This record gives sequence, C-alpha cells and structure tokens, in this order.
Amino acid sequence: MAQPLKNSALNGAFKWLFQWRGPERGTIVLVQRRVFILPTRQGLLYAGVILLMLTGSVNYDLSLGFILAFLLGAAGIQTMLHTFRNLAHLRISAGRVQPVFAGETAQFQLQIHNNTRADRFSIGVTGNQITADYIDVPADNTVMAQVPVTAGQRGWLRPGRMTLFTRFPVGLFRAWSYAEPDVRCLVYPAPATPGLPLPAVVAGDGEGGMAGQGHDEFSGLRPYRPGDSPRHIAWKAVARDDTLLTKQFAGRADAELWLAWDVLPPTLNTEQRLSHLTRWVIEADALGMAYGLRLPGTTLSLSSGPTHRNDCLHALALHGTTADLA
Amino acid sequence: MAQRPISLNSRPIIAREAYGLAVGFLLASAAHLLRLPLWLGALIGVIVFWRIYLAHRKLPTPGKWLLGLLAFAAAAGIMIEYRTLLGRDAGVALLVVMLALKVLETRTLRDGILLGFLGFFLLVTNFLFSQTITTALYMLGCAWLLIVVLIGMQFTGTWPGWRQPARRTTVLLLQALPLMLVLFLLFPRIQGPLWGLPHDSHAGLSGLSDNMSPGSLNSLILSDAVAFRAEFRDRIPEARALYWRGPVLWDYDGRTWTAARFVFNANELPAGEPSIEYTVTLEPHNKRWLFALEMPMQRPPRSVATRDMQLLSTTPVRSRMRYNMSSQLEAAYGADDSETVLQRALQLPDGFNPRTLQHARELRRKFNDDRQLVAAVLNDFRNQNFVYTLSPPLLGEHAVDEFLFDTRRGFCEHYASAFTVLMRAAGIPARVVTGYQGGQVNPVSDYILIRQADAHAWNEIWISGTGWIRVDPTAAVSPARVERGIASALPRSDALPMFVRGDFAFLQRMRLTWDSVTYTWNQWVLGYNPERQRQFLANIGFSDATWQKLAVLLFVLAGLAVLAGALLAFRDLRRSRNDAVRAAYERFCRKLARRGLPRHPAEGPVVYARRAAQWRPDTAQEITTITENYVALRYGNSATPQAVRQFQRSVSRFAS
Repeated sequence: MAQPLKNSALNGAFKWLFQWRGPERGTIVLVQRRVFILPTRQGLLYAGVILLMLTGSVNYDLSLGFILAFLLGAAGIQTMLHTFRNLAHLRISAGRVQPVFAGETAQFQLQIHNNTRADRFSIGVTGNQITADYIDVPADNTVMAQVPVTAGQRGWLRPGRMTLFTRFPVGLFRAWSYAEPDVRCLVYPAPATPGLPLPAVVAGDGEGGMAGQGHDEFSGLRPYRPGDSPRHIAWKAVARDDTLLTKQFAGRADAELWLAWDVLPPTLNTEQRLSHLTRWVIEADALGMAYGLRLPGTTLSLSSGPTHRNDCLHALALHGTTADLA
Repeated sequence: MAQRPISLNSRPIIAREAYGLAVGFLLASAAHLLRLPLWLGALIGVIVFWRIYLAHRKLPTPGKWLLGLLAFAAAAGIMIEYRTLLGRDAGVALLVVMLALKVLETRTLRDGILLGFLGFFLLVTNFLFSQTITTALYMLGCAWLLIVVLIGMQFTGTWPGWRQPARRTTVLLLQALPLMLVLFLLFPRIQGPLWGLPHDSHAGLSGLSDNMSPGSLNSLILSDAVAFRAEFRDRIPEARALYWRGPVLWDYDGRTWTAARFVFNANELPAGEPSIEYTVTLEPHNKRWLFALEMPMQRPPRSVATRDMQLLSTTPVRSRMRYNMSSQLEAAYGADDSETVLQRALQLPDGFNPRTLQHARELRRKFNDDRQLVAAVLNDFRNQNFVYTLSPPLLGEHAVDEFLFDTRRGFCEHYASAFTVLMRAAGIPARVVTGYQGGQVNPVSDYILIRQADAHAWNEIWISGTGWIRVDPTAAVSPARVERGIASALPRSDALPMFVRGDFAFLQRMRLTWDSVTYTWNQWVLGYNPERQRQFLANIGFSDATWQKLAVLLFVLAGLAVLAGALLAFRDLRRSRNDAVRAAYERFCRKLARRGLPRHPAEGPVVYARRAAQWRPDTAQEITTITENYVALRYGNSATPQAVRQFQRSVSRFAS
C-alpha cells in the first residue's frame, strides 16, 4: 500500500496524511489520529445492495423495506466505528529479534498491548503487504505478533514501516495504522556453500593463553588434516578402513585455530571472504574448538562458546560497514 | 501463528460458516418456500442440505457444469410452472432458487460474504407478500442471524463461539436504531412506482368486485381478512346504520349482476350538514372503490364520485390508504335522475324468471303506491319462511323463481338479487348495492374493524320525488344480520371464520388488542408515505422547508445519531484501571483473606498459593489451578478473551 513514491511532493503529502515519521523509539500508541479507515470493496458492495433495497422499496412502496434498508445501512455505518475501535489505542513495542544469516528470514516480534476495556479481534500485522500475522488482543492483554522480513544482506536490518490492519467485525471497512518501531536485526553473512576446509590448527598451548577445559570429552571424528597432532589420530579407525581420522575433543584448549582473512585465497572478494569466515566460525563452534578471528582492523582472540561465536559473527556482519558499529 | 495472506477473501469457508450461511438462507427464504410450488421448495431444500452435507464431510463443492445445469433446469421448471420468468411470483421463485445454488457454490470467504448480502435482499422480497408485525419481527430476526454469520466469518484467531458474534450483532443493531429512526422519518420519500410493476404484484388481494354471481360474496364472507378500519370523530353509530357503500351493480344477465361500464361523473355530492365524521384506513384491494358510509358528503383526494354515489380512486388501491370522510346517514339523492338512467334501472333479461315477473305484475295491480308495494314484498320476506343461511341449495336457470317460490333459503346476495328483479318487474327502478355492513367495534382503541366477512348486498330503489332510497331485504328476513352482525344471524351449523363469531371471549379480546396494535402499526409504520412525511415535518415546524433545509436537518440529526453510537462505542476505549485478570485475581485474594489468610504485601502469587494450599488442603487443587491460570494469563501470551472470562468464572465459582 505504501510504496515509496518518486514524486516527492506526493510523498510529502502522504507523509503528512499518514503520519509517517520514521522509526520511533519506545511504545507506539495508535492514537485516533494514526488510525485510518476506508470502506473495502465489500463495503461498497454492501452499499450497493442497500441502494437496491431502497429502490425496490420505493417502487413497490414497501415501508418495511425502507426500515430494513435503513437499519442495515445504519448498522453498516456503526461497523465503521467498531472497526476503528478495534485498532485504536493499541500500544506497540518491539520485542527481541534473533540475528539471522543473510538469505534467511528475520522474525521481528511486535508486542501489542491492549490496555483498554475492549477485546480486539482479527488484527493483521504485516511488513511486506503480502502476508500477515493475525492476532486477537483481549482487553488488558499483550500478544506478540511476528513480522518476518527476509534478510537480504549482512549488516543491520530494519523491518521498515509495518502495517496493522483490521476488517473486524463485518468486513465493510478496513482500518489500518502504520508503526515503525526503532528496532533492528543483525544479519550475519551467509555461510559459504560449500565452504573451504578449516585452516590448520596450531598445535601446542595457545598463544592466546585461553582457559580451556583440557582434554576432556571426545566429541567426534573428522578427516585428518596436515598438522593434526598424531596423538589425536584415531588409530583404531585407521586399522579398520585405512582412512586417517582425527579425534576431536570438546573444549580443547591446546588446539589453536585462527580464522584469518589472509589465509583465504586471494581470488575471493570481500563478501566471499566474509562468507567463508562465517562458515568457519560455525564449523569451529560446532566442533567446540577454540578459535580466533582475524579481520583487517579487528582481531577476536582465541575463545569458544556461544558468546564468542556471536561476537565473531557480529564482527563479520558489520565488517567494513561504517554505520552502527555499536 | 503462521503467516497468512493479507487478504483472506480467498480462504475456503469452514464447516461452521457453511452451516451458518445455509441456515440463514433457509430461514430468510422460509416464508417464500411455503408459497413456492412443492417441487421447487423440495429442490431448494435438497440443495441446501446437500451443502450442509458437503460441509460436514469436508467435500468439495460441485463444479461449474453441474451448477449451470441445475440453474438452467430450475429456470426452465419455473418457466413451465409460471409461464414467465418475470413478475413477482416467478421472479421471487427464480431469486430463491438461484440463491440456493449460490449457497451450494459458496466456497470462499468472498462468496460467503456476498451470499450474506444477497440474503438481506432476499429479506426485502418477503415484504412484497406481507408487511405485518410478525413478518417484520421475523425478518429482523433473520437479518440479525445473517449479521451474526457475517461477523462469525471475520474471526481469524481462536473461534470464540457463536455467543461473541451474537452479542456484537445485538450491540450493532441497537446502536443503529437511532440513525435508522432519523433516516426513516427524514430521508426524502418518493412516491413509487419508479417503473412498471409486474402484473401479479398485487395478486391475492381480496375484496368486493364489480360483479356478483351466486357464491361470489359467499367466499368473502368466509374470510376474516380486514377490509378496512374506521375511526369516528365523535361516536360510533349504531350497527344497523353502518352501510359501507361499495360497487353499485346495474346489469343483470339472469345469473350475474355487473357494475355499469360507463362512469357517471357527478361532481356534486349531497349538500347539507354531515351527520358523522370519520377516518377510513383502507386495506389494498387492487380495485378502485373507496368505501364510505351512505351517503358520502366528501371526496377523498385523487378520487371521483360517480352519479350513482360510488367513490372511485383514480388508480386501483394497491397500498393501504387513509382518508377522512364525512357522511349524512339519512340522505336521499338523485331525485332528478334522467329518464335514461332510470330506464337502465328497469332492465331485465328476457326469458328468465317468468313466475317472478308474473308475481310482480300481480303486486303492481294490487298496489298502486310504490312504497306500499315495497312494504308488501318485505312483509312477504319476513313472514313466508325465508331463511338466512350461508349454505343455500344450488339454483338452476330461473334462479330468482326457484329462490322466491321453492327453496327460500339464501343470504344477502339472493335477497338483493330477487328483490331487484321483483322491483324492476313491477316498474320501480332498482339496483343492487354491494359493500360492507356493520363491523366490529374494537374497545381497545375505539375504532371499528370491518372484515371481508362483513360483505353485504342490499338495494336501492328510486321513488319519484324522493330519489334513491336504501332498502335492505336481508334485514327483513334477518334483522339480526344488520343489528348484531353476521355471526348472530347465521345458524350455528354454518361455517364461519373462528373470530367472526363471538365465542371465546378471551381470545376475542386478545385478537382485538392485537388488531389495535396492527392498526397503529399500519398508521405509523406502513402508512408513512411522502404525504405523512410532509405532515410530520409540518408538525415539527418545517411546513414548507426547502430541500436544502431538509438536507441540513437530516445530516445534523444523522450526525447526532452516529455520534451517540460513537460515544457508546468509544466508551470501551477508556484506559482500564483494573486489568481484568488482575481484578479477578484480587477478588480471589479477597476471598481467601475473608477466610483468614490474607496475602502478605510482597508475597508472590505462587508462594501465596503454596501457603494457602497447605492451609486449606481441601481446596488446594482449586487454589493451585487458579494461580497457575493467573500466572499464565498475566505473564504469558495465552490470554484470549474467552480464557480471561473462563478465569473470571473460575474465580467466581471459588467458594469463600
């Protein structure tokens, strides 16, 4: 409905009319000035049917026909108030949003709070004007609505202007309101497929001196790569089917894995590099290894665990972007 | 909740909605179904139940070809049955069957909504046949149901049950009432019709006609339908003075009396002081006669008075009509009628009723004076075992002869007919007057109710120097007929409509009360036409307002009516002081406090519940459930309106 318009004068008019004011912080209250209402196609059809009833009543002199037509017409007008009321005075605030990889869909959460005495039914929330999440918000309640937005590229993703709309109760009118909460979703680079093998692990106690958990739990096998410690080769497996496999241990502190910008082939461009690094971070994290990330201008020292993973992905997502480094 | 399209118009309707639409359609067309031919009613029933079955079994609706075939077959059947597809009856039959097919076809929300709207239109077509209070209430109920179904289709979340849309509909209609009233009173009315009415649009209206043959009045007398009502300004005259004049019949072919085909326009009505003033509310009868007490002293608007004192509306009376009237009960008129007119009142068909003609000649020889002759004939009627009955024996070719000399059993049309033939044969100009006699006084509202059962036929004879005077031979045979009405005049074995006889006093009284309600309804609801609207506007001080003024008035009042609705609607938008769940929970805490276990100021609900459960193990289960629900509703996302209400109910049920 609200496509950006090229004509700036018209855009200005729309901005004024629909109160487009860019991202808003905190709770957005759908005050009456922000709720718009127009008849739907079915509303026009309804008006047509009533007009037909009136014409018939004039022609055949049906007093009761007049009464029924006027009653239905008046009820139709009252539904306008009901539809309007169904949307007005809702309070919108943005909920948490989980980071996603580029190409995935970010699930923005809108927290819709109804602190009035009227139950609200069948409210649609949409970000793309194609699909919507429909919710009921009883009086004095808060309900979450999902607004999925496809993440195109890494960096910060804003959901843009969202539309809340409703046709309740009869569908003769559609009330809508715009809300653009100040919320953003971090989009990690898309992991490369297929990825390059992880770089070689530097054996020995880490130069990063991180506090590992020692040689604790065996977590799986992976193909041998040059540089793996012979102590970790699964000799039993070698004896069984002649392939070299390296045993992996969760929380190994002595395996130092550096995921570095410059170990990647020079033919790759920035985005491809970020993409490969992302995959490496995911893999390394899945293996439970300690790893560090070295990007031009940024280095994250050896570590492991979800926080570290998220820090690394965060750095990759925002690499080279000037805005919103925080 | 999963993402769904931004417009749900194409979503399939579900079983519950299909049931609602099918039932709504059936109820909205129920009155039509009773009027339709049996095969059509059965077809429509089958189609609708087919849809219900499909919805129940979650089967797809039939394809276009089958529907097209059914539509064609139904239209062809209607064409054969009614010989047309146009006109009121055939048109309604077609509409109902096409809507039934639409019910069958309804697949998506868009179809469902359209069907609901068409259902409203279907309701209006019912008013072509009946506009009684009962019909109005029934159709209002149907409209309510259709709106409930329409609202029911708009719920996208958990289905809250039919009660929710039902309540919403009731609120909506109540809010619509003031605006409806404003529109009804002030919306500019145009006198219809805008286009030609179908020829059958007034079929089924009963009343007197322009001819009288044996048995024609009889069928009217068996009907207790209302012919008209009259409200008298001062007093209601005695029953035997109430001769409501209708068609005047001149020509006789030996069997049937017919009205004169020429119109005698008489612009002057009898002069003098009217003895009685009243207002008649005439039911539509699709004929031109306007009934008035003999003799009318004035003409209603848009009508003519003929020389033989019939009041004729310029167009057939097709809607209820109200007119003021005044009459002079004892007036005679037409003393100066021309020879041509009088000749016509002496015509008799050749070769009929020889015995009667012979008898008339004998009478003429005996009595030179017309009045004496009339008195003698009436005396014969009175004394020679004539019987007033609604079930006379069948009469042959010489009907008057057989009646006068053999059977001597008959009712008003026999007496009027025989009397006229006798008079004409004796050379006294005479004619038959049909109309209504008497009427039932409604003590509830003080008006008089004239039913078709009060139909009557009497005579007028022309006396030189006086003019036309009324003679009612039936009164001679059965004085009770004119004094106390038809029910008291007939033997109890004669069939009469239940309420025409005075039995069942209580029912009679109820019936009269109901009729007076109907009368008011007719006056103020059905009779609200452009003319009444002008009167109403004049009464509120807009006697000759320009349309601009009226438009302003309409918009201001309509605006106020909408505003009133808005104030009611937006009352719910006030910020609530007490969250419903919290309020219910506080109520629960107070109940526990009254038992002696108040909640500590800083105590969380769960801890409090644990303490309460230990303290009263007998209700531990209830306390735990309520608290769990409270926590879920207040801090979770599970709160639907019905969950909240359920919680409130569970708190109410919790015994303190």
